[in-house]
Amino acid sequence: MNIPNTILAMLVGILLTLVSLWYGQNHGLLPVAASDEAAQVDGLFNTMMTVATGLFIIVQGTLVIAAIRFRKRKGDNTDGPPVHGNVPLEILWTALPAVVVAWISIYSFEVYNAMGGFDPMAAGDSHAAHMSASSKMRGAAIAAPLPAADAENPPASAPSPNNLIAVGVGASPANRGQNADVSVNVTGLQYAWIFNYPDSNVSSGELHLPAGKEAQLNISAMDVLHAIWIPELRLKQDAIPGRTVELRFTPRRVGEYPLRCAELCGSYHGSMATKLIVQTPEDYASWLQSQQVASNPSLEKAVAVNPGNLSDSDFLAPYTTEMGMNPETLHQIHHTHH
Amino acid sequence: MQGSTIDPSKTVVNYHHAAAATDSHHEEHHDFRILGLIVFLIAEGMIFMGLFIAYLTFRAVTPNWPPEGTPRLELLLPGINTTILIASSFVIHKADAAVKQNNISGLRTWFIATALMGAVFLGGQLYEYWHLEFGLKTNIFASTFYVLTGFHGLHVTFGLLLILAVLWRSLKPNHYNSEKHFGVEAAEIYWHFVDVVWIILFFLLYIL
Amino acid sequence: MTQAELQATANTPTHSPEPGQRKWWEYFTFNTDHKVIGIQYLVTGFFFYLIGGVLASAMRTELATPAPDFVTPELYNGIMTLHGTIMIFMWIIPAGAGFANFLIPLMIGARDMAFPRLNAVAFWIVPPAGILLLTSFFVKPPEAGWTSYPPLSETASKAGEFIWILSVLLFGTASILGAINFLITILKMRIPSMGFNQMPLFCWAMLATSGLILIGTPVLAGALILLAFDIVAGTAFFNPTGGGDPIVYQHMFWFYSHPAVYIMVLPFFGVASEVIPVHSRKPIFGYRAIAYSSLAISFLGLIVWAHHMFTSGTPAWLRMFFMIATMVIAVPTGIKVFSWLATMWGGKIRLNSTMLFAMGFISTFVVGGLTGVMVASVPFDLHVHDTYFVVAHLHYVLFGGSVFGIYAAIYHWFPKMTGRMLNEPWGIVHFVLTYVGFNLTFLPMHELGLLGMPRRVAMYDPQFAHINLICTIGSYLLAVSTIPFLVNAIWSWVAGPKAGDNPWQALTLEWMTTSPPAIENFEILPVLDIGPYDYGMGDRSTEVDVPFSEAKEPVLSAGPSSVLRADPDPSVAVNPSDRQPEE
Repeated sequence: MNIPNTILAMLVGILLTLVSLWYGQNHGLLPVAASDEAAQVDGLFNTMMTVATGLFIIVQGTLVIAAIRFRKRKGDNTDGPPVHGNVPLEILWTALPAVVVAWISIYSFEVYNAMGGFDPMAAGDSHAAHMSASSKMRGAAIAAPLPAADAENPPASAPSPNNLIAVGVGASPANRGQNADVSVNVTGLQYAWIFNYPDSNVSSGELHLPAGKEAQLNISAMDVLHAIWIPELRLKQDAIPGRTVELRFTPRRVGEYPLRCAELCGSYHGSMATKLIVQTPEDYASWLQSQQVASNPSLEKAVAVNPGNLSDSDFLAPYTTEMGMNPETLHQIHHTHH
Repeated sequence: MQGSTIDPSKTVVNYHHAAAATDSHHEEHHDFRILGLIVFLIAEGMIFMGLFIAYLTFRAVTPNWPPEGTPRLELLLPGINTTILIASSFVIHKADAAVKQNNISGLRTWFIATALMGAVFLGGQLYEYWHLEFGLKTNIFASTFYVLTGFHGLHVTFGLLLILAVLWRSLKPNHYNSEKHFGVEAAEIYWHFVDVVWIILFFLLYIL
Repeated sequence: MTQAELQATANTPTHSPEPGQRKWWEYFTFNTDHKVIGIQYLVTGFFFYLIGGVLASAMRTELATPAPDFVTPELYNGIMTLHGTIMIFMWIIPAGAGFANFLIPLMIGARDMAFPRLNAVAFWIVPPAGILLLTSFFVKPPEAGWTSYPPLSETASKAGEFIWILSVLLFGTASILGAINFLITILKMRIPSMGFNQMPLFCWAMLATSGLILIGTPVLAGALILLAFDIVAGTAFFNPTGGGDPIVYQHMFWFYSHPAVYIMVLPFFGVASEVIPVHSRKPIFGYRAIAYSSLAISFLGLIVWAHHMFTSGTPAWLRMFFMIATMVIAVPTGIKVFSWLATMWGGKIRLNSTMLFAMGFISTFVVGGLTGVMVASVPFDLHVHDTYFVVAHLHYVLFGGSVFGIYAAIYHWFPKMTGRMLNEPWGIVHFVLTYVGFNLTFLPMHELGLLGMPRRVAMYDPQFAHINLICTIGSYLLAVSTIPFLVNAIWSWVAGPKAGDNPWQALTLEWMTTSPPAIENFEILPVLDIGPYDYGMGDRSTEVDVPFSEAKEPVLSAGPSSVLRADPDPSVAVNPSDRQPEE
């Protein structure tokens, strides 16, 4: 049977499209999406993956076919045909990628807007606001008990827009103009996160949030750059000493998700991890209450340590279990190093 | 032309042609040093550009500029200094004009004048440093001030050394003449560069 | 007569009687011959590549298991920092400079670079800078990554960080001096008959690269000067405690370091454009499109730096601008990739080690390009920024792009450089090991990043253990793949079969002289009797019929008259239709 070239090309094209579409939806590379926005990011990624799969197959396929079909045969020392270019073809493969990237740009813009990237409160140019007082507290500040520190200077606590001097991701268009349901001040320090709930004066080493409620993180850092990353929310934001950055999102799915530092912050950067615990609003309320009752006095003690006075291994001891190693190992490696 | 075979005899014709086209081969290759210097100064200019933009950014993100407690910069001395430096650019150009007319003593006179003006400028800078009420670490403005003026001062010093080197070489008879005076031109171009950088710097630090 | 013979016949008078053999010790001296300097760069670069590779293997060994058990986390960060710095500043950029030094004057028919002494000075800065960088191991190596973001870089291991700054400043100086030389040599020292549109594409690529070096590198120097003041003098440019701003450093750093990616990869785009037509025996497809797209990439490369900073608090409109500008780079890059594929299509491809590495280059670089468009998208980048996805992406660009390109170039020009052929079967073994090892190491890293593993960590969540183990095994394969190459190169340099002037029957001018080229390259100025890529055009005795307007295979349906072609010299063109009467 003799299939004409055009039909063959068309069949290959259709097959290519189908494979790309299928793989773009079924690559299974991403973890679960715990918020609506995360699902939208996944949609964007799937689209890009579809296009990428198509192009990947075209390029690798061309390479392989060319290597087989146009390989030099034994004894053939002639040259190929003197083809120097084809203007319509050049135009085609200039225009096509241009259209594709324009389309991906617009799509990205839409998703970013839906996430709240253009919330004027967070994305505006209030860049020139004050370097907040928290920047002066380096080192010493960690030694101060947190509630007290909060009382005298509210560095990260006030969600008032004037305080925001770096920009993160703000309210999604639907929630714009209103305050988030839960506001948490996040402070990164070598090598831990501290989450402070200003409304109830609770501090915690893990981030608890109620499902379905919009949360606002006011992120800053004590010492060096850190970055808060919650893969299941597809969100990441650098914590910058001297600045407070806003990150707003609505977790939907109840569960425990890792929360990691994503900006190199020192030797134990890899162990700077904790959990985001998304609870039902009822569970969340009871957790908050239990913390208010129980933790306040102990917290002063717990947080009133200056890491500068501790050796790395002492400081890290509480975190080592989470990493699946025991404190002795840590102690050992620390000592072998010195 | 498709399908026409080219026989080797034609290429012999070409070969003669080629030889004819290239018989000027041992001619001295042109002097690209001035061009090289200009390209180098573009790169130098980018360092200053980077530092200027860093300065402007610091200025933009710091709420009060200059930060509280910075005394106002006095304008008189730097103003005089600036005038001297700008004037020296004209003076050094005189030297270039002189050497192009084979006037080596004129070259020396004008180069000495430029060198003196440069030295006065540097002296003025040091005097200003001495009498400023802030140090390198006082605040972000002070730091940028010292680094920018210091980095520029380093370039002035280097320019001064270049001028002195040209002066030293001009002592050798016929080292520079109306045909051959790369050193003179290079020193001049470099000096103009230093001058232009200073004008921008002066505007940014003192006036803006 | 074949094409190559035509070009060679026309250039007979330029041909020296003797190849210019150098004594081995001349390579250890301050020599102003561009060919010596080129080889010096390459050998020095390869030496540092081996060191960087050992560091990489140490990192992968550490990451084979989740716990930090092989090296301490401090040392891990030091190794990681030096690995990045060495690979970028001491290997890939010097390797590009090495080929540029060796090839540019030969390709444009010059006797040497515009400033030979400056050239030697530029080279001799590199080894001391590299050794200086390595000495930081004796204090405490810098721990802040090759990006050296403050405030971390200002607090952790200050001495090491200061050494790092000095070494990178030295290296930057060398790079700028080299770029001045390339730029002026290409602009001013071409043979009179070689217009811009007859220049080999490698020269176009180096033109674009040099522009980037000249504009970008000084800004990095500015940033490092300020950083050094912070560390040594106690100023607070980038330290918020004293009123500084760490974000300013990031802007200045990336203003150089994003273009640096193109500085590292553009020369090897040029290499691919040289190698693919020679070994496909077919003219380069769309010469002008490839040439001008280099310039487009270099211009766009200068205005996209903040896409490295989407998570660090840049205003939303700025993020959108940088996102779109970044995505636009896919267009000129796509032009190149499609043009290379079209060059191969319909050719007579010699599947030798050079061509395999060139095809491997396209194959892996494309993956880096595709993920590059993905990470340019702001919402997606918020997820994968600073994760193993980015590690995978950058290695697909810099290893899959640059290093594969370097190997293709070595296999292609080794005969010209040494006068001897490399062993072909071992070259193929080397390619297979490299290609498999590379993909085994870096492909799984995409998945690691998407799942949630941040980069630059010495310890990680046990859930990632399996994939990391695969990466580590791949990296060992990659390390082993260097051995056949090293043995092959050393043995062939000493005792390989003689190469002759033009073993690949190529048409560019470097093949018209002896191997290794005579000390002064050419006796007289060479000529372009036929264009640099005019394969299949000169001798029509074995005629190939070109369908001029056949719609079925558009890649093969345009003729020699294409406006995109690189023309031969009209006054000496061998083909009558290319000749124009002299006025």
